[in-house]
Amino acid sequence: MSDRAVGTAVSPVPLLELRGISKTFPGVKALDDVSFAIYPGEVHMLLGENGAGKSSLMKILCGAYTADAGEVYAKGEKVAITSTADAQTLGIAVIFQEFSLVPFLDIAQNIFLGREPKGRLPGTIDRRRILRDAKRVLDGIGFDIDPSVIVDTLGVAQQQMVEIAKAISQDARILVMDEPTAALSDREVELLFALIARLKADGVAIVYISHRMAEVFALGDRITVLRDGRRIDQVRPADVTPDQLVRMMVGRTIDMTYPRHFAEQPGELVLQVKGLSALTGISGIDIEVRRGEIVGLCGLVGSGRTEVARAIFGADPVTTGEIILDGKPISGEPDIAARRGIALIPESRKSEGLALLRSVGDNLVVSALKKLFPSRLYDPNSAQRTADGLIRQLRIATPSARQMVGLLSGGNQQKVVIGKWLAAGAKLFIFDEPTRGIDVGAKSEIFALIDRLVAEGAAALMISSEQIEICHVCDRAYVMRDGRVAGHLARSELTEENIVRLGMHHE
Amino acid sequence: MSDIAKDAPPPPWSFLSHNAAQLFYRLLAALLICIVLSIANESFLSLGNILNVLRQASLTFFIASGLTLVVLTAGLDLSVGANVALSACLAGTVIHQTGSPVLGILTGLVAGGTVGLMNGVMVTAMRIPSFIATYGMLWVLNGVTYWYMAGETIHGFPAGFRQIGSGYFLGLPIPVYLLLVFLAIGTLFAQRTVWGQEIYAIGANPVAARLSGIPVSRRLLLVYTVSGTMAGLASIIFLSRLNSAEADIGESLTLPAIAAVLIGGTSLFGGVGTIFGTFVGALILTLVLNGMNLLSINANWQPLVTGIIVIIAVWLDMKTRRGAT
Repeated sequence: MSDRAVGTAVSPVPLLELRGISKTFPGVKALDDVSFAIYPGEVHMLLGENGAGKSSLMKILCGAYTADAGEVYAKGEKVAITSTADAQTLGIAVIFQEFSLVPFLDIAQNIFLGREPKGRLPGTIDRRRILRDAKRVLDGIGFDIDPSVIVDTLGVAQQQMVEIAKAISQDARILVMDEPTAALSDREVELLFALIARLKADGVAIVYISHRMAEVFALGDRITVLRDGRRIDQVRPADVTPDQLVRMMVGRTIDMTYPRHFAEQPGELVLQVKGLSALTGISGIDIEVRRGEIVGLCGLVGSGRTEVARAIFGADPVTTGEIILDGKPISGEPDIAARRGIALIPESRKSEGLALLRSVGDNLVVSALKKLFPSRLYDPNSAQRTADGLIRQLRIATPSARQMVGLLSGGNQQKVVIGKWLAAGAKLFIFDEPTRGIDVGAKSEIFALIDRLVAEGAAALMISSEQIEICHVCDRAYVMRDGRVAGHLARSELTEENIVRLGMHHE
Repeated sequence: MSDIAKDAPPPPWSFLSHNAAQLFYRLLAALLICIVLSIANESFLSLGNILNVLRQASLTFFIASGLTLVVLTAGLDLSVGANVALSACLAGTVIHQTGSPVLGILTGLVAGGTVGLMNGVMVTAMRIPSFIATYGMLWVLNGVTYWYMAGETIHGFPAGFRQIGSGYFLGLPIPVYLLLVFLAIGTLFAQRTVWGQEIYAIGANPVAARLSGIPVSRRLLLVYTVSGTMAGLASIIFLSRLNSAEADIGESLTLPAIAAVLIGGTSLFGGVGTIFGTFVGALILTLVLNGMNLLSINANWQPLVTGIIVIIAVWLDMKTRRGAT
């Protein structure tokens, strides 16, 4: 891997330089020896797959995370970013995709939140000055609007402008933007690009995270590619092609110690989704899953994968389209889906999959209560026996079924979520990021479990941001982009490059 | 792999489950209060006084037991007192008009249950937080009852009907038998039915409960309807005991019922608590008030003492629960 330095024509002294930054979370190395420099007046593109380390890097820049190792230099001097206040002092501001504005305050109040100019009486705010100052900041970035407008009434693009104005008013010299065009129309994108050009001219450095190739080439002065928490390369747009960039992003390694047993012949149709649309932003989804198959559902975070899973399970209302299970249409709340044999293993296991303060046993039988007790009379001993059986079968490491489930490790918690659907006798399992936050050994166990489920006649639809997992585990996969299915990949076409290519914008 | 993230040291009461330990402490507290009171005042241990305490506690318990189910789902029903008043006035009217206590009792139960069902519809279909929905319902019910009664009192019921609240059977007041029956039914419902388990699951994490296939809205409707019906039942006992119905009889009922639930160890955050705990809570509350009467302590101090007991009970619960997580 080349680690050639790319010189800059703008200025020899970087505004900010990271050297050897590492950050480890339990079970995953989010950043591994990452170095990069940001120069005044440049747009520095940050590129990488989901989970490559972009967000972690961004959070270290803004002081939300503290690096485990590595050094930070600002204008050649060594500094430490241990809090958001540190980041602010260094002139770093982050524009997240989820804005941090207070919806019911006006633009001026939002810009100066927490540092309002004091009025003459103690405890009051100098309203006239705040409006005047806000107007000046807004004019400075070319945003013509009345600063007394309530933020809640603004559109996404305008709120983004307010965020940028707020950052500039705090003397930000480094602006980190996380997919800033994701929710903008073409016209708004043009305005944003004009503003970025203006900020560049003022010497502001912009770290720009994007999944859109066209932007990367149109805006970027330099491109840093991350993969598996490591810096893979740093290039100039003129020196690479989009295909070369995609190849740099993919090629992650995976430690899979279990073999997947692919069925020779897919079984009968279990799930058929036809033209499914929902208010959550998905439209015209066509998906089929057969007995014995693990079908991948991939695409970037935010492309609508979770929304498809929730719509199939009845967790979000469907506007148009049809969901057919075992040849019969299905609609309604999750209790109906569960009764028909659909299982959802949600992405956020702690908030959506488990009652953390309840016992392992209670969580294991919760979806099977009616099946286990058709008379509706609950027998704790019988429930305990069922739970003990599942604990043995899935090898859940817990002292007993009475242990509070919140005390188990991530992998064992995930087994409990899967176990409750085994108890319920589900036949279609929808996994949403089943290995998120789980250590490597437990991941293999979870995949072996999914493999066994489909070998025994179930069907699985699996969402994962880990392309390599999809390639390794799935019979075939659908790739989503912007709330639609962008393409289908058969087993023979299932490569990381193909997934990334279909999932990204190539306008 | 080491798989258990944290190995909590076994708590001193590990021979009991957490809930059982909480109950054990509460019974101990009730016993302690009894001992202190029997030393301080010899008339405390008289049969008449003990039966009186049980009868008083049963009235609080009827309202509080239904409320416990609501609180188990992390909800609250502030309309129970007002519901008792309206149900009592309607039941009283029916008995007066028809002369039939059975019709009157049915009216009280149906009225109470209907109010509860309306609360449930507001909480589920209209997605109004239960605190606000039932608070609004409290005013609505008060308004309806005051308009309906127009300052009148319904007075004087058949002797048979009055037995429900004031009569004795084999030396025990009838409300005490009702207390035992509903304590048993409530405990069985909460601990030994699928619906009870689902109610605990909903309170522990409503999102996970829904995504586990539990029909959350239908269960909530059930819970609020039961709470209302129990208020209806309480209205019958009040009517029978007081031998009269007025618009304002519910005003001092809601807050003590909530106190009994909280003293009984049911968490306002849902998912934790038992019907039996609520019974012990009602008992502790009644014992303390009874003791204060016996010791001739000015009744004006009673709200203050109740408040302190609630705060201490909830504080101790949170402390031990934090120790357990």
